Order: sequence, then structure tokens, then C-alpha cells
Amino acid sequence: MAALNYPSDLKYAKSDEWVRVEGDIATLGISDYAQDALNDLTYVEYAVEPGAKVAAGDAVAEVESVKASSEIYSPIAGEILAVNEALKGEEDTINADPYGKGWLVKLRLSDASGLAELMDAAAYQTYCESR
Amino acid sequence: MTLRMTMPEQVATPEPLEPLIYELSVPGRVGVNLPVCDVPAAPLPADLLRDDLKLPEVSELQVVRHYLKLSQLNHAIDKGFYPLGSCTMKYNPKLNEDMARLPGFAALHPLHDTEGAQGALALMYELQRWLGEISGFEAVSLAPAAGAQGEFAGILMIRRYHLDRGDTQRTKILVPNSAHGTNPATVTMAGFEVVELPSDERGDVDMNALKQVCREQGSSIAGMMITVPSTLGLFEEHILDVIETVHNAGGLMYMDGANMNALMGIVKPGELGFDVMHYNLHKTFSTPHGGGGPGSGPVGVNAKLKPFLPGPVVDILEEASEPDESPLYGFVMPSKSIGRLKAFQGNFGMHVRAYAYIRIYGDSGIRDVSRHAVLNANYVRARLMDTYKIPYPRYCGHEFVIEARLDGAESIHALDISKRLMDYGIHPPTNYFPLIVPEALLIEPTETETKETLDEFIDVMKKIAVEARQTPELLHTAPHHAPVKRLDEVRAAKQLVLCCAPALPGAAD
Repeated sequence: MAALNYPSDLKYAKSDEWVRVEGDIATLGISDYAQDALNDLTYVEYAVEPGAKVAAGDAVAEVESVKASSEIYSPIAGEILAVNEALKGEEDTINADPYGKGWLVKLRLSDASGLAELMDAAAYQTYCESR
Repeated sequence: MTLRMTMPEQVATPEPLEPLIYELSVPGRVGVNLPVCDVPAAPLPADLLRDDLKLPEVSELQVVRHYLKLSQLNHAIDKGFYPLGSCTMKYNPKLNEDMARLPGFAALHPLHDTEGAQGALALMYELQRWLGEISGFEAVSLAPAAGAQGEFAGILMIRRYHLDRGDTQRTKILVPNSAHGTNPATVTMAGFEVVELPSDERGDVDMNALKQVCREQGSSIAGMMITVPSTLGLFEEHILDVIETVHNAGGLMYMDGANMNALMGIVKPGELGFDVMHYNLHKTFSTPHGGGGPGSGPVGVNAKLKPFLPGPVVDILEEASEPDESPLYGFVMPSKSIGRLKAFQGNFGMHVRAYAYIRIYGDSGIRDVSRHAVLNANYVRARLMDTYKIPYPRYCGHEFVIEARLDGAESIHALDISKRLMDYGIHPPTNYFPLIVPEALLIEPTETETKETLDEFIDVMKKIAVEARQTPELLHTAPHHAPVKRLDEVRAAKQLVLCCAPALPGAAD
């Protein structure tokens, strides 16, 4: 099995979501560790639509694999700008490219303070390797 | 309605192992000759008649061979070892079947007047009493049709209990992250919100997290659903503390009784302080589990919840006037019942089987069932400890979980080991559950297996660990000796083929 990837420009939540912040726009997806643990993804459903306001900890999507279904939480508060409709029917994109084309939602940050609670790549890697 | 989906052309459809019964059909062939009608024929209502209903036209022998062949493609407890964790696939004694086929039970119509069905009612009454005795509860309803319906009934009772007291703030149910998947589903179906609790490093409920949740959100907590032993196969070490903490917050305690096979005659959940639990007759009490169902999921409650039980329940309407007479039994609806869950009185055929099972074992025998189930699980666990990683290395209940990651065989997953087990004629353990253990295999041998069978399973598991390191490809492509080879699970999940009749060429969709 190839080694798992932990890009250093991202922030990570304990529940295995990653966040990429560019200005006040954040992109969110699930980590390489999460896609590897879930195995082949078969289904993605969004709990939010563009325009929705979410608080930190709100569920924004549900992903299902051959093994389990998991809720995906936004670790940060903001307004949903887009959900990745291109994943529908092409859920294996998340397995192949979890940090790129496999992104799930984009949101405009309303409160950047939640970011401080997230892990950097090194801390997240240590956390994953201890599980 | 027939749903048809067309297969993509580039994928070849494998030859079926046995044709559909419709494909065996020859127009005009009959399997049964009906006698000449000796009463005037009554016309069927015109709106129920249809021409498009295709029925197979086959001989009796064709039918027998067809279904025998299909049954031989299956694995079953009567055919081989079935260590499917959390499901208690124990042997179902044939005596149960004999009892359920007694004409007085089998031919009894559910609408028969109760005066003429006193034997059946007496059986249900006794079964209610025995199940109550086994788990320390005041009252039992046999109505729920399966475990999930028992859960649903239990949570609805908790809901009704709070509302009945005018306590309308309680909208949350606590569920540990080691719970059965049905638990959060039940909570959601009953209109509550799930609050997930983490487990501590020993696999028990994280008491600090529980106490914090109860401190911060106590007045909104309706109760907690917990499985004991947990789905890790572990007896919850702080169970009394858990129960007290939730009770102090005003919540009620629901026990998922799926794992009762570890507790009978040893621990009574009602005496631990639980308010309600469900039983799975099709697990613990040896009624058929799986294709042979249906299930049965009675619920037991303490005095607090007794008025809310789903109905009808069997009660004594009139005590016997003479010592050698029987009382008069009848159906009653509890005073504040959550209502009916299904038509009639639950799955009565299962009540007969569970009754026969308890009756045959008696109280000391029932205790031995659990003691042997726990002994068998611990024997297998201890003998596999050197080969496989056991994430929670402590005495287990009736089942245990291994983490199927082998050093020197990094490409091997739990699924590969499971598929390889099929080549040795063994049903795979439960895969990837509980979710909190990566690459989980949940193994439940049950008490009905001999030591020789357990030893054979252990030897096979050790052999597979060697194969995993030496010839991993053998596992990746397993099973090799099963009726169907490795299935494409992704395609099965993404591309549904729901078809109960062969799609005829040119048939209109």
C-alpha cells in the first residue's frame, strides 16, 4: 500500500476532514487517511445547499463506502458557496484525489477562530499513525 | 412492479449457477392436479383479475430440485461453522421445529377466539414470565417482530414516559460509538437526536465524556442506548456508574439485548438498573436467524415503563377457581400503551420455538448456555492472540474482535481473510464492525460448537496468516472454491440490478 499523504498547506480535524484556506474562502474534504480507512466510496449526499449557513461541527455531507457510511462535519463556521456535484456517480474520485478533485464543499468563513483548533499536517500525521 | 436495469455491454454477465424458475417454465405443465371442485365456483372480483401475471409452470420435482440446488449454494449453520459476530448464529434445535409444527399451534388462526386458544396464550404468558425472569424485568411484551422493532418500541416507551410526566425538554439519546448501527437509526426514527459518546482506551464508555454531557445537557437527555456486553465483546466495567449517571440526569437506560447470550443466568439487566431492553429470540433463544426467519424482538421493562408496553400482551383475566384448573388467559392493551407494532400478537411461531428452547434447558441449563458461549469465545481468542492483533486484550463475553492487520502482509485486509475462510467452508466473521476498530473481524463462536470445530477454525485462521505472508495473491483473489468468486462490491453498491423476472427481449419497460 502506498504511504498516506498529508499535504503541509492544509489544516486537519480530528474527525478526518481537511480544510484549505485561501483568503476568506475555505475548501473542505476528507483526508487520505479517511478515504483509505473507508475503502471504495460509493455514494455522496450533501446535507447543505449553497447559501446555507453552518456552524462549526455541523454535518455538511454523508459519504458511503463498501464498508460504512460516515457523516462529514464542517470544523469551521461559514456560508456554503458550493458543493462538489461532480462527485455524484464518480465517488471514486475521492479515493483517487482526496485533496484535489475529491473536495466536498467550499464555504466563506464567517469566523476564522475555529481554524485555531485544527491540526497542522505533522500533528495530524502523528495522530493518524497512533490509531 | 419489475425493475430492470440494463447491464453495460462491455461487462459480460456470468452464467447463472441455476436458472430462474421462470426459465424452467413450459406452458401447460402442471405440478399439482387439483381435485374436481365440489362446491359452486365463486367468481373472482373482476378488478383483481389480470392477464400479465406470469407464473412459472413446472413439475413438482423441478420445484424441489430447483430450491434444493439454491439452498446448497448457501452457507447455513446446519452446513458449517458460522462465527458471525453480533448475530449469535447458534444451532437451532430440530425439536423447536417439531413443536412449532404441532397442529394446535401451526394451524391456529390469529383471529381465533381466545377461549379456544388458551394453550397458545398460556405459552405466551409463560414465555413473557420467563424472559422477565431471565433479565430481571417486571413485564414483557412479545409483540415486536424483530430486534430493530424492539429497539423502536423501547425508545418510544422512553419518549412516552417523559411526555406523560409533562417533561417535554428531553430530545436527546446518548449512544456510545461502539453501538450497533441500529441504535442511532432507532433514535432518529423515534424523533430524537443522537449524542455520540466516545470509548475509553479499554473499550468501555468514556466516563469523563458521559459525565460532561450529563452535566452540560442533562435536562435535554431522554436516555441512553447501550449494548452489554458491547459490540467489542466486552462487559462494560463501569456499567453501574453509567446507569447511575444517566438516571441522575433524569434519563432512562435502554439495553440492547443482542448480546444476551453472554449474560443469561449470570447478570440480570433489570437488576443492574436498566429500565428497558429488547431480546432477540432469533439470536439468544435459537429461533431461526436469517433466511429461515422471521425474527422476534420482545421487550422487557421495569415497573416504571410497564404501562407503556406495546400490545397486546397476555395476562390472566380470571384466576383458576380450583387448584388443578388453568386460569383464563386473554389479550390486554397496557393502560398507556405505545400501541400496536404489527398485526396480531407478534411472530407466534417464534414464541413457540423460544418457549421450547427455554423449557428444554431449564434454569441451570440456560446458565450453561451463556457460560459455554463465553468459554468458547475466550478459548478461540486466547489461541489466536499470538497470530492476530487483539485490540482490547481482556476477557471477552461471547464474542471478541481482532484487528486483521498482519505484519509482513501489508496488502491484506480483513475482507481478504474473510473471503479466504469461505474456501475452507467457514462463514466469515462480521467484517468492519464495530467501526471503531480498523480492519475489524468480530468473531462469535457460540456455545453449540464442539472443541474440535473451534480447533479447526483456529488452525485455518493460523494457516491463512501464513498464506497472507507467503502467497498474498491467493487471498486477494479468494474465494476460489465458493459458488461465486470475489464480488465487485463497488459495482454492486453503485449499479443496482433489481430484477425478479428475466428481462424479455423487446418487453416494454
